[in-house]
Amino acid sequence: MSATNISLRLLGNDTGARVFLAAIIALTVLVPILNVAVPPDSPFHVPTYAVSLFGKYLCFALLALSVDLIWGFCGILSLGHGAFFAIGGYAIGMYMMREIGPRGVYGHPELPDFMVFLNWTELPWFWLGFDMFWFAAAMVVVAPGLLAFVFGWLAFRSRVSGVYFSIISQAMTYALMLAFFRNDMGFGGNNGLTDFKDILGFNLQANATRITLFVFSGVALIGAFALCRFIVASKMGRVLIAIRDAEARARFVGYRTDMYKLFVFSVSAVLAGIAGALYVPQVGIINPGEFSPLKSIEIVVWVALGGRGTLYGAVLGAISVNALKSYFTALAPEIWLFLLGGLFVLVTVALPRGLVGLRGQLARRRANSGALKPKLAERDPAS
Amino acid sequence: MIDPSETPSGKLVPGKSILVLDNVSVSFDGFKALNALSFVVMSGEMRAVIGPNGAGKTTMMDVITGKTRPDQGKVIFRDYHDLTRLDEPRIANLGIGRKFQKPTVFEALTVLDNLWMALKANRRIRAMFTFTLSSANRARIEEVLEVTGLTALRDDLAGGLSHGQKQWLEIGMLLVQDPDLLLVDEPVAGMTDAETEATATLLRTIAKSHSVVVVEHDMEFVRALDVPVTVLHEGSVLADGSLDTVQRNEAVIEVYLGR
Amino acid sequence: MNFIRTFLAGLLVVLAAAMATPAPVSAGELEDRVKALDAKNFAGKGKAIEALEALADPAALPVLRAMQEGLLFREKATKRIVIGVKAARSFEIFDALSGEALGVVKKRKLKKISVNNRLRGRLRLAIGALALTSGDAAARSSAAKALVKDADPTILPALDRALAREQEVEVAAVMGVARAAIQAKGGEKSARLAAISALEGVLDREVMVVLGTLSQAANEPDAEIRALATETLAATEASGRYYGMLETLFFGVSLGSVLLLAAIGLAITFGVMGVINMAHGEMIMLGAYTTYVIQQVFPGAIEYSLAIAVPVAFLVSGAVGVVLERSVIRFLYGRPLETLLATFGISLVLQQAVRSIFSPLNRSVITPDWMSGALEVNAALSLTYNRLTIIIFTFVLLLMIAALLRYSSFGLRMRAVTQNRAMASAMGIRTNWVDALTFGFGSGIAGIAGVALSQLTNVGPNLGQQYIVDSFMVVVFGGVGNIWGTTLGAMTLGIANKVMEPWSGAVLGKILILVFIILFIQKRPSGMFALKGRAAEN
Repeated sequence: MSATNISLRLLGNDTGARVFLAAIIALTVLVPILNVAVPPDSPFHVPTYAVSLFGKYLCFALLALSVDLIWGFCGILSLGHGAFFAIGGYAIGMYMMREIGPRGVYGHPELPDFMVFLNWTELPWFWLGFDMFWFAAAMVVVAPGLLAFVFGWLAFRSRVSGVYFSIISQAMTYALMLAFFRNDMGFGGNNGLTDFKDILGFNLQANATRITLFVFSGVALIGAFALCRFIVASKMGRVLIAIRDAEARARFVGYRTDMYKLFVFSVSAVLAGIAGALYVPQVGIINPGEFSPLKSIEIVVWVALGGRGTLYGAVLGAISVNALKSYFTALAPEIWLFLLGGLFVLVTVALPRGLVGLRGQLARRRANSGALKPKLAERDPAS
Repeated sequence: MIDPSETPSGKLVPGKSILVLDNVSVSFDGFKALNALSFVVMSGEMRAVIGPNGAGKTTMMDVITGKTRPDQGKVIFRDYHDLTRLDEPRIANLGIGRKFQKPTVFEALTVLDNLWMALKANRRIRAMFTFTLSSANRARIEEVLEVTGLTALRDDLAGGLSHGQKQWLEIGMLLVQDPDLLLVDEPVAGMTDAETEATATLLRTIAKSHSVVVVEHDMEFVRALDVPVTVLHEGSVLADGSLDTVQRNEAVIEVYLGR
Repeated sequence: MNFIRTFLAGLLVVLAAAMATPAPVSAGELEDRVKALDAKNFAGKGKAIEALEALADPAALPVLRAMQEGLLFREKATKRIVIGVKAARSFEIFDALSGEALGVVKKRKLKKISVNNRLRGRLRLAIGALALTSGDAAARSSAAKALVKDADPTILPALDRALAREQEVEVAAVMGVARAAIQAKGGEKSARLAAISALEGVLDREVMVVLGTLSQAANEPDAEIRALATETLAATEASGRYYGMLETLFFGVSLGSVLLLAAIGLAITFGVMGVINMAHGEMIMLGAYTTYVIQQVFPGAIEYSLAIAVPVAFLVSGAVGVVLERSVIRFLYGRPLETLLATFGISLVLQQAVRSIFSPLNRSVITPDWMSGALEVNAALSLTYNRLTIIIFTFVLLLMIAALLRYSSFGLRMRAVTQNRAMASAMGIRTNWVDALTFGFGSGIAGIAGVALSQLTNVGPNLGQQYIVDSFMVVVFGGVGNIWGTTLGAMTLGIANKVMEPWSGAVLGKILILVFIILFIQKRPSGMFALKGRAAEN
């Protein structure tokens, strides 16, 4: 009896999660089919640019998932998660730069164009190894994870939490942005890394490559979702929620809350890094703008709009805000910032549980107004 | 760091002290919350600590559990560990449990999850990826649910409990945590008379196999516990002995009981 | 201080010879001597130059300059001496003395008054000497400065005459330095030694070059002079470093003042209400745009525009702050993270609104005359008036805020609400209005900061964003709810930034500061001035 109560299975009694998983799996399977098997003149055909666009959304969804894991379940509001995303992106971008080889504008056999332009004569040490895919792939995981570990260790150990942590994490991504804007950092400065040709020998412009990247993004999202579910459904998830709501109390029960936060923060940073690594080949560029504080805080709004602490809400929020963004920046770019700003206010003031909590919120309001009426009637004996 | 397994352990070692506060002082911006407080709790003893507001009772608990670092003095646990050098989780894992004045439970978790979290077990991260309880632990939790009267509410969120139920849940969490030394801060605040009596009975039962320090305002409750009493005043011990002795003490009457 | 000694020496010379003023020159004589420049041979020209110089009339300066550059001609037809400026294939000619335009003539109508190298040197000397007699103090001063570089003992008599006539103390000091520099280069040894000593502490690059040359064996055979020059140079350089440090400090304090202006409102709203206002930067931006609008509306009153802008900006930003608090923030008390998000959204809206109304380009705000320029203490230390004004303004404002918080009833209520909201409410303080006014107050101060910032940086929609991260760092570093902590934090960060800039670059310096703060909060997680005890727990 109690065993079943405690052992929530991965998807146990979570309808939202089941619906979500089914939808993502369907998307991952259907989009490639509709692109390849359906003739271009059919209304059901999904053009290749749309495949990449959806792929981009999936990467953002993965990023939002990583933020929800720490914010929704552990109360850590990171305003610097864009940094981990960008670092993952840079790692894969460096690999793709090396892969260009002598085909660059300057035709240098080894140095990327921007280094030739800066009159550098040899590769900086931190570019070594990035000609090997496995190394770059490892860095996608290691670099954001390590940064998160060091940063988190410093912050959590000294019990920096709440808004202080948010501000410090924002300062972190801001500092990284300033650093990456510098040419002499060796990451392409202002322009970042771009003009990629291929990945693992496959042409990035080719249809098949784009579809493969899309499918990988979908698979990564599903995998990450399963991982996050595993974490939050286990006893670990209970501890995280306990830390979110009453960290001091959790310490008195004997949990080293700083270590737990460090663990989940690092996992989250790795997920963000993977999202960045899948994103960059699909959009073809990574530049220091990805480190800007605005980008990081936007992620938070995706999660807040979707509904935090549910995982699938974050995905829903990421996809819907970005679809809106694509639509409005094409239609009337000056409206978009008004809309985004309004969204921030709306979500925090009117939708504390986000879109996925909307139904519950409405139901509660109906129940409350129903319960209120008899009380009012009671108070007024004349009526 | 100290590995608890290598250090003196065992629930009760009769005739030995379990906790010694030696000359402990704490000040906040010039205000001396504890003033050279020295104080011993023997193994297996239950002791009540009373004192007017601002006497330093809660600060004393904070110092013992690692929340506040004293400006000077030592806090020795089981003749070995200096608690002033350890943080809260380490102290908790050494075997000191605390119940707060204001009941604090994990409101977004169910009653069962609250107990599951508090249950004496490995607190390391890698031990956290489990979904089930061993049968022994399940039995233990069922037992505590029974004792605290929360069996029917096991799947309710703790945030939805009444004040008294939260008090019981917190006591229940202490029970499953099974510490050697319990620090209990005003356990009966907000309880009905019947509940207060039940709590007194429960604490006496617990005291048979644990060392307990109870901080309390309610004199009736202290009398019902029937244990030695220590009176704090302005951060140091004013008097100690049985409740009756203490109540006859001139100094105590003056500062605390003499109204 | 040696600088002052030199200064006084120059002053004495001026007073001693103040009576020797030159006799007025008759116009005819000047004209004759200019005509004489067109002599048949170079020797005659040299004599003519000397004669012109002897008149000591600055009116001859343009003629001599034109001659030096080969632009002085004789018009063949009229025999007039003219200055010609080449225009296409002909020359535009002007009367040499009056500068009156005489029309355009063909090249063959003109005869160039040629010069050789020896004459050029003679001309330079004459120009230098004549410039010293100019009616404009600044021109005299720069002429004297120029003498330091290519000094020639032959100019000494002219310099002495100029020094004797000089009424302006500052110009006389420069002339004194030039004189010492010339004397140091050659002549009688005891005079040279005295001159070198007089140059100690003169923070002029050219003077240091002179000393540097004299201290090298290759240039100076006399060991005693070399030793003295070396010593003097070292002392001067030390004093230069000292003033350089003072200047860095000045820049640091000025940056600190800016940070303080930007952060103080933030510290108040965060300290009193626990609200992280991400739109704070945009309140600053609004203040800056208010200044811009006021200058547009009253184009005739630029000198007073800032004085008008300060109260108006306070009201504009303050009003926006109150509206914000009443419409959004009051629903979010006790949820700091949500407040942070909502105010960030508001900041986006405000930025876009400004972009739509004023265009995304930077607007230029005019600096009033009284804030332009710099107070030049010496060659190594000059304090720009705009920064100086902002430093003073910041501290006056700081004292006013401190006094307001401490002595006014609003301040009392505000502190009561900070310390115990429930109790304050129970005592009849309308906490919601205190909240609204506090928020408005903090925002209004940001608006004032915007007025000040409009004098230092570009006024554009991104103005606020540039300062928000830094402002937060100040608050985190200084501690919450204590304006002295904020002040100390701002000054520390400002000075640290400027001290690190020279050897690490501005960007890297900023990064290092951020890293430093992250490490700093390891030791003091709630800033330098943390609240302690039970009050700190909520």
